[in-house]
Amino acid sequence: MKPRRISFLICGMAGDGIFASGTILSKTFMRGGLNVFSTNEYRSIIRGGYQWYNVTVSDYPVYSHVYHIDFLIALTKKAVEFHKSQLSESSTVIVDTKEDLESTAGNFTIVKVPMSDFLREAGAKRIMRNSIALGALISLVDYDFSLLESVIRDTYKEDVAIKNVELAKRGYEYINQLYSNHKGFKKLSRREKPVRRIFVSGNEAVALGAIAGGLKFYVAYPMTPASSILHFLARLQHDYSIIVLQPESEIAAINMVIGASFAGVRAMTATSGGGFSLMTEALGLAAMAETPIVIVVVQRPGPSTGMPTFTSQGDLRFVLHASQGEFPRIVLAPGDAEEAFHIAFYSLNLAWKFQIPVIILSDKFLGESSWSCKEFKIEGKVEEGKVIRGTYRGEQPYRRYALSKDGVSPFAILGTKNAIVKANSSEHDEYGVPTVNPQLVKKMVEKRFKKIEKIKEEMKKYEVVKYYGDPEPECLIISWGSLKGPILEAMQRVQDSLKVGFVQVLWLEPFPKNELKTLIEKSENRLLIENNKTGLLNSLLNEHLHINIEKKFLKYDGRPPYPYEIVKAIKGEIV
Amino acid sequence: MKSVFSTNTKITWCPGCGNFAILTALKRALENLGLEPEKVVIVSGIGCHGRISEYVNVNSIHVIHGRVLPVATGIKLSNHELTVIGHAGDGDAYAIGVGHLPHAARRNLDITYIVHNNMIFGLTTGQVTPTTPKGMKTRSTPYGNIEEPLNPILLALASGATFVARGFSGDLKHLTYLFEEGIKHKGFAFIDVLQPCVSFYDTYEYFRERVYRLEDTDYDNTDFINAVHKALEWNERIPIGIFYKTHRSTLEDELPQLKLGPLVHHKIDNVSLEKAYKRLY
Repeated sequence: MKPRRISFLICGMAGDGIFASGTILSKTFMRGGLNVFSTNEYRSIIRGGYQWYNVTVSDYPVYSHVYHIDFLIALTKKAVEFHKSQLSESSTVIVDTKEDLESTAGNFTIVKVPMSDFLREAGAKRIMRNSIALGALISLVDYDFSLLESVIRDTYKEDVAIKNVELAKRGYEYINQLYSNHKGFKKLSRREKPVRRIFVSGNEAVALGAIAGGLKFYVAYPMTPASSILHFLARLQHDYSIIVLQPESEIAAINMVIGASFAGVRAMTATSGGGFSLMTEALGLAAMAETPIVIVVVQRPGPSTGMPTFTSQGDLRFVLHASQGEFPRIVLAPGDAEEAFHIAFYSLNLAWKFQIPVIILSDKFLGESSWSCKEFKIEGKVEEGKVIRGTYRGEQPYRRYALSKDGVSPFAILGTKNAIVKANSSEHDEYGVPTVNPQLVKKMVEKRFKKIEKIKEEMKKYEVVKYYGDPEPECLIISWGSLKGPILEAMQRVQDSLKVGFVQVLWLEPFPKNELKTLIEKSENRLLIENNKTGLLNSLLNEHLHINIEKKFLKYDGRPPYPYEIVKAIKGEIV
Repeated sequence: MKSVFSTNTKITWCPGCGNFAILTALKRALENLGLEPEKVVIVSGIGCHGRISEYVNVNSIHVIHGRVLPVATGIKLSNHELTVIGHAGDGDAYAIGVGHLPHAARRNLDITYIVHNNMIFGLTTGQVTPTTPKGMKTRSTPYGNIEEPLNPILLALASGATFVARGFSGDLKHLTYLFEEGIKHKGFAFIDVLQPCVSFYDTYEYFRERVYRLEDTDYDNTDFINAVHKALEWNERIPIGIFYKTHRSTLEDELPQLKLGPLVHHKIDNVSLEKAYKRLY
């Protein structure tokens, strides 16, 4: 059974306010009690690049965007050309009356709204066209105008809000008059007094999780698609007394984070592949000096500049191996906003308990897509591990790298009485003084690697892999990260005809070998789905479990797969 | 009497190395200022100078090449009650890590940045650096250095440093004075130290014949334009001392977050997300 979804696409050129109106529409439906998933596509151009914002809603949980468009707001004529294949006879296109769509007309309904006239009459700027369109749309789907109005009022400053509400009302009333009561368009349900929810992107969820996890210091250099973490935290810096800085480079960012962590403060940075390339040397410093840090890598297609505003899962091997030498690290890959929140929260705990670098591996599709969610509940407590504050009371002089059973040494924060703390990027002795003594070097290398055993213990507390679908699948999907959404959406479409299971890998390092083994043996008919060219997760299955998945659906054009493509892959049509 | 700031770690610099004077001057400055070892942090880079971390009995982190300033920034912002001193070589400060200097200076973080400027790569056995004089033969410029050297004082002034000084390893007393003044200065204190390398570029005699203390003249170090002119003086007479000193709000002053005390002492558990959620309804 395919649950009913209604999908909206707002299209225009960069500078048309497409994302702002998409967010307003999403929140309008969310406040009315619907479930919402929103995502976008844009180019790395500030003015004039084509872009769209997609809003998918349902009474049922929505995991992903869908290919078919029910309502298209075309703020540029090009939109109809670009999305024609996504329109059907049940689709409706909203355009400005003055647009001539004859040449692009297809088998869909066109609703013309005199947006330019309304703008002129109101003496409003062109960017406010989208409010007229939103008003018209709300009337078409028979939704509550007061919800739209409340969101507009909460979004803009008062004077701007008044103007936008006025224009939205014009659009709304125009459609009301044009179609009287029975409009014949798809209608949306409205719940009375729905639970208050948040509309949150993957990037915002990471920021929220980190705040809950005790984040106090966030330094990041702008890089798409990671920048919205910086924007969100920058706005919240005073509410939570977090220092948020934009430094001169990613190299500066990670080194500042290491400095903060050495001083005893929970610190994080985020970037995309290019910035992470610059961070790799200092990643090794964090490992050698045993300073706990969290790095969020929001992937986009590479190599090099690649496609800055698109999505990819091409950096998995890169983050697993980045920096010279061997050292333990943790790599975590959330699949949606909720998982991003929890993972960000506990990533700081893991970093501090084991005094190692932790990498959260996200991507553009996860980072910049948004979900309507219940407010996240913090699971667990902030754990500092072996941190010493105040006064050091040991009998021996303090040793930053004291050898211990589990490889983790007591960590006196700077300023602790009776503790002189010495950290080093060079191989060092227990006091942090450089050494090349072979016995001592061996002990120190082993000390750092002892942590892996303890981390493997700790892993048992978390969902390192998740399983969805039929317990005895005829087809077993294996994937990771943001593809979770489209896969779950696709599974709903085929579940009446085929038993499908899905293994989502959340921990990529240490690799959850044992947990995966049991699940992966549920079916011989396996399908690997990844947003990269070479099947990087498959290479890990090869390495750790000697399993090679033959059937692969790999997408590497910068776009996440649509659920229909995954359905085809399940049926063996596009593998 | 052994200084409270001495360690037992064996010193591995060459006998006569200009680093010894910097080490001694630093320990004396810390003593004269009455600082507690636990409240001081040294960040050092890669090169001969970097070992100073291990030779002073204070907190320290010996970081990767060129990244002294960002690490020091993270430390200072996390606990602004600590005295943070960065030590870098001319390779760290003026080659690989030069990109951090203007930013640390314009931010005016309250730290002291001491550059051990021997005008040569010592630890990698004698290659050219950005401060090596033009024409000098080194292992990587066997036919003579073809590049014009950089002027660190001018760079620091142009970057907005609020304390700009030059010291000389051959004048321990004056160097101690500069370190004390630099550490006391509230803001970014930049001190370039002419530090002879006895193995690869012994400049003791050259500098001894030329250096003079600005403090022995009627030089006014509060005038920026004066300082720029003075920074250009590098010939038969080479000035050492405080070129420029001014007061401007520090980065810490600009952060209301720090009014609640050092970041490291803020409470981090039981955070309520209510305020953040409000932006997402």
